[in-house]
Amino acid sequence: MAVLQFREALRDAIDEEMARDEMVFIMGEEVAEYNGAYKVTEGLLDKYGFKRVIDTPISELGFSGIGVGAAMKGLRPIVEFMTFNFAVLAADQIINHASKVRYMLGGQASVPIVFRGPNASAGQLGATHSVAYDSMYAHFPGLSVIYPSEPDDAKGLLKSAIRSEDPVLFMESEQMYGLKGEVSEEDDYIIPIGKGKIKREGDDVTIIASGKMYHVVKQAAEQLAKDGVEAEVIDPRTIKPFDIEMVIESVKKTNRCVIVDEAHPFGGLAAEAGFLIQREAFDYLDAPVQRVTLPDVCAPFAKNLFDIWLPDAKQVIEAVNTVTYRN
Amino acid sequence: MAKNKQEAVFTPIGQNHSKNGKFEKSVDLPPATRKKHTTLGLSDDDVVEMFRLMYLQRRFEERAMQMYQKGKFGGFLHLYIGQEAVSTGTVFALNDDDDIITAYRDHGWGLVRGISAREGMAELFGKATGCSKGKGGSMHFANTEQHFWGGYGIVGGHIPIGGGLAFANKYLDNGQISTCFFGDGAVDQGSLHETMNMAQLWKLPVVFVVENNGYSMGTAVKRHTVGEIYERAKGYGMKHACFNGMDALTVYENMKEIADEVREDSEPYFVEIRTYRYRGHSMSDPQKYRTKEELEEFQKTDPVERIRQYLLDKDVLEESDIEEIENKIEEEVLDAIDYAEESPSPEPEELYEDMFAGTPYFHDKK
Ligand SMILES: Cc1ncc(C[n+]2csc(CCOP(=O)(O)OP(=O)(O)O)c2C)c(N)n1
Repeated sequence: MAVLQFREALRDAIDEEMARDEMVFIMGEEVAEYNGAYKVTEGLLDKYGFKRVIDTPISELGFSGIGVGAAMKGLRPIVEFMTFNFAVLAADQIINHASKVRYMLGGQASVPIVFRGPNASAGQLGATHSVAYDSMYAHFPGLSVIYPSEPDDAKGLLKSAIRSEDPVLFMESEQMYGLKGEVSEEDDYIIPIGKGKIKREGDDVTIIASGKMYHVVKQAAEQLAKDGVEAEVIDPRTIKPFDIEMVIESVKKTNRCVIVDEAHPFGGLAAEAGFLIQREAFDYLDAPVQRVTLPDVCAPFAKNLFDIWLPDAKQVIEAVNTVTYRN
Repeated sequence: MAKNKQEAVFTPIGQNHSKNGKFEKSVDLPPATRKKHTTLGLSDDDVVEMFRLMYLQRRFEERAMQMYQKGKFGGFLHLYIGQEAVSTGTVFALNDDDDIITAYRDHGWGLVRGISAREGMAELFGKATGCSKGKGGSMHFANTEQHFWGGYGIVGGHIPIGGGLAFANKYLDNGQISTCFFGDGAVDQGSLHETMNMAQLWKLPVVFVVENNGYSMGTAVKRHTVGEIYERAKGYGMKHACFNGMDALTVYENMKEIADEVREDSEPYFVEIRTYRYRGHSMSDPQKYRTKEELEEFQKTDPVERIRQYLLDKDVLEESDIEEIENKIEEEVLDAIDYAEESPSPEPEELYEDMFAGTPYFHDKK
């Protein structure tokens, strides 16, 4: 095991895949000469040159589409967005083209492409820079969505994403690039897309969280343990395909579940997972499933409002108290 | 507020609402080439094949329209009728492995790039034997094996993809160029401008071609975009051209030069081909936005008639030869209709096929 920052784990994954396959290239705003807005791509230009590490203009729609076309001809583009908040301008290419081309041409083309970059909020950046898009993209058939929480997951899953024959959205967090964690030093370390991981075992309640929310939950679980409540924490890692089997198995053991989701409440991962749990494990539930999400309101700037807005460990503990009837 | 003040007007007022009664053409055709096919390097057989392909596109769509009106299939049906010289001149100008991508007005493009009348008609009918297995329909003809990357339904959406095909060609250094066709309406989309900027900056071997047929649905060109379309290229320092698209030889002559140049120096080109769509935008279009005079005027320049006449004038074929070709095509199209009718619909399991190139995953499917 090596201790790496999140960004280093991502970089290693990209580096290894670029070394392995000449068809892999990366493009995006500031990825090359500036070494990446968040330094994920640092050093890649020096190593791979201008052909494979490409600075783009601020044209998310345009360069995403160029990526889709290049993928259709057999290249394997990694398209970096400065954040997924800006990928909204490229939604036509992701939703209308990358995910649909293969189907509507009757299987005559494929789109092996990775769209990656930070997702969701990163402090007081205001309404347009703070949205979590994982559930939204997971809505669309044909797209895989990955939102890992730790460097190890990030490395193994990004390598899988780059090798995927189909489009993948790979989401990170501006606030996690410096996060350190142990990363497998296994040669060619691959984590299959769609497999969750039990990151803490416990018998009293199942808590589901991915990405940045996993760390909020981790904090809450430690607090709960002090009060004698042992939470089982599942990080699905991949939002879609969603590892519902792992969740159901856990809920059958704990009989209670809280889902923590960084998106707004309507139709998000929490809603979907909640539905599946009631359908698959209704007889095992000792309490209605609870969720902690953003409120149905834009991200505010003011620090005090922002702190109310973003889910925190306290809200998670409250939700656990609700499902365990401790309040 | 002063009285008598005129009401503000935003979009320029169209032919039918204009009070001056002047008849304004939606698009001006530059002159056609005067060169003979032999001077352009085309054999007699080549022009005969050009005629054959153009007549095939015409009859295929006229029959398709009848079938649509009979209720044989649903969905959209955007006819290319009137624009056949563009597809035909272009495929003769390109190498067979050069890429073509276009919008939803794509039947003609499919037919000139190897989709048979049978596969095309079956696709319209939504049959399993269609070129896109009945999954695409009228708007999504494709034959990627012959480098026709398909028709796309989001106006302007395929333009960056066309740039991406060119990106891949440059990356792979394979000597292929990419050509991306779209309507005048798509000129107004940001996707074009983003892609033009990158194509010029990155020196992509791509030809952007506007098939200016006078209208974006019911909105005449002058009512939806400013200035001359081809001049947009100037803002990007991009080479550009504008020529007549009602004459296959003119299209061939210009596209050949352009394609050779793009292949040679790997720099993009922006082309406006002036043409005209004889039918409505789609099947439910009362066409109130244009005058009968305009339509009649453009019918005098019918590209299929024109090449037919050319073959006679240059003694390439006799009337009887031409009739023979026409009869054969008529048979081919009628046979395609029978084939489409008799072909099976996709099996229900097909619903879940062709979503993924890798491991399929369908959420919540048992
Ligand atoms: C993004 C988008 N907006 C609107 C439409 C609806 N629409 C389909 S075709 C069309 C007109 C486009 O005209 P043009 O680009 O000139 O092509 P033509 O139909 O003349 O071939 C419109 C508005 C669409 N398909 N996509």
